[in-house]
Amino acid sequence: MIKANNLFKWYGSKQVVDDVSFQVAKGEVLGFLGPNGAGKSTTMRMLTGFLPMSSGSVEIGGHVLVDEPLKAKSLFGYLPENAPAYADMTVEGFLEFTASMRDLSGDAKRDAVEKAIVTCHLGSVSKQSIDTLSKGYRHRTCFAQAILHDPPILILDEPTDGLDPNQKHEMRELIKRMGQDKAIIVSTHILEEVEAICTRVIIIDQGKLVFNGTPAEMRAKSAEAGGVTIRVQGVQKPDLTDVLERIPEAGRPIEVKEVDGALVATIPHQSGKSGLAAKIKAELDRRSWAFDELHTNSGRLDDVFRAITSLDVATNQENN
Amino acid sequence: MKKTWFIVKRELASYFNSPIAYVFLIIFLLLSGFFTFMMGGFFRSDEASLIRFFVWHPWLYMLLVPAIGMRLWAEERRMGTLELLCTLPLSASQAIMGKFLAGWIFLGIALLLTLPMPMTVCYLGDPDMGPILTGYIGSFLMSGAYLAISGMTSACTRNQVISFITSVVVCLLLVLVGFPPVTNLLLKWGASSNLVDFAAHLSVMFHFESMQRGVLDLRDVVYFVSLIGFALFSTNIVLKQHRS
Repeated sequence: MIKANNLFKWYGSKQVVDDVSFQVAKGEVLGFLGPNGAGKSTTMRMLTGFLPMSSGSVEIGGHVLVDEPLKAKSLFGYLPENAPAYADMTVEGFLEFTASMRDLSGDAKRDAVEKAIVTCHLGSVSKQSIDTLSKGYRHRTCFAQAILHDPPILILDEPTDGLDPNQKHEMRELIKRMGQDKAIIVSTHILEEVEAICTRVIIIDQGKLVFNGTPAEMRAKSAEAGGVTIRVQGVQKPDLTDVLERIPEAGRPIEVKEVDGALVATIPHQSGKSGLAAKIKAELDRRSWAFDELHTNSGRLDDVFRAITSLDVATNQENN
Repeated sequence: MKKTWFIVKRELASYFNSPIAYVFLIIFLLLSGFFTFMMGGFFRSDEASLIRFFVWHPWLYMLLVPAIGMRLWAEERRMGTLELLCTLPLSASQAIMGKFLAGWIFLGIALLLTLPMPMTVCYLGDPDMGPILTGYIGSFLMSGAYLAISGMTSACTRNQVISFITSVVVCLLLVLVGFPPVTNLLLKWGASSNLVDFAAHLSVMFHFESMQRGVLDLRDVVYFVSLIGFALFSTNIVLKQHRS
């Protein structure tokens, strides 16, 4: 549905987006990650046609954006960063205006506006002028504008920004539900959001695409991924360390700590070898050591995120 | 066309949803009355015409029209709604035309509210209706030209103060370029009389004056319309440039 081919963007001599290509298919929710100022919003603005790209091309639902801008633009809904809306209009008036712009009229328009108001829980403020609304409501008003015409593509720049935890949860559920039959791009820097809603992740850093894969693949890149954590009672620390170190599948360094009278050990996984958890369990069982916890670590996204993007942040600081 | 009309409707509603419309209308009517009666000596002149009324319009518009025009794009840019407008399925020219027409219609409403003026003249005397009609047409065209120019400067900045001052200066130039102090200066600089003539013809005054006298010359209409067209065209270019 969305195809970005070799996007470049220069502001003068400053390169903001550097050869970014990706695709989003129907049924996918693509998480667009990156540190602040990495070029996320710039890329999204090029996808939506607000910013012209310096080079490259964008295809929306088979229409090349520069050649058929109106056709391409009618296929997506867009929530810009900071959720702008005409402050002097009422919520309903604003949605009616955007509905008219989307070629809806009569009953279809009324139904679309009503449905968007219900979906985004704007019923209580629908007659209120937008400049009197709190940030959360304003944000949802702009979101309502994006989904109003039930577009096959959604481009959402930080959709949960400024929402309270309940609203955030609800927004994520909504995006997940809509993601089943739409192509959605969500930019965010909240990693739990990626876990919650995204079927695929791309990470952009300093304008470059540095990762493109599923959240599981991203997690697997973590150093912790595949490692095992156990909690054992009534065993001496040196004994446990000794046993663990003799397991061939265990990597280094093995970390053993005393927590509340029990021993908690974290054993990294040695690359290329599997079955670490089963082996550890077998060793513990053979000695009849009681354990009340044993699990394989799945790795953490924020570790990976930091590992992938930290290097560039350091060079960035040097440049400044 | 339909989308342009939706933009017009939205814009007009936003004028009247805010105090801007009412403040503008009241000040416009007060000032035009003040200039006509106090400064222009309407009664002393003892003639049944609206010359004393129209003659102030180039100056009045110079101050007031940029107040309407300065918002057109600067406000959209400041609020971030420009991004929304540019990503909706409508062309740039539809958006520019819609916003311009809304402002122009609003100025037309302001002008219509001065109708008691010709009614008074008709009541007091027996005026020639020709010059009054062409005066109104000229005044409306001139307000459109000023508005298009203000819109263009508004597209250049998100700062409304800068937008206002720039458009006042550009409009002032358009008024002054036909006046002797400027034309004499040009002559002194060794400009040929053809060039000076050309400069004088660029002046709003030159074209508006004949309309006040009751002459509806196609050339004057073409002048105002092409001024509007040029300013709207430039607005399109400025808006595009500003995003890249």
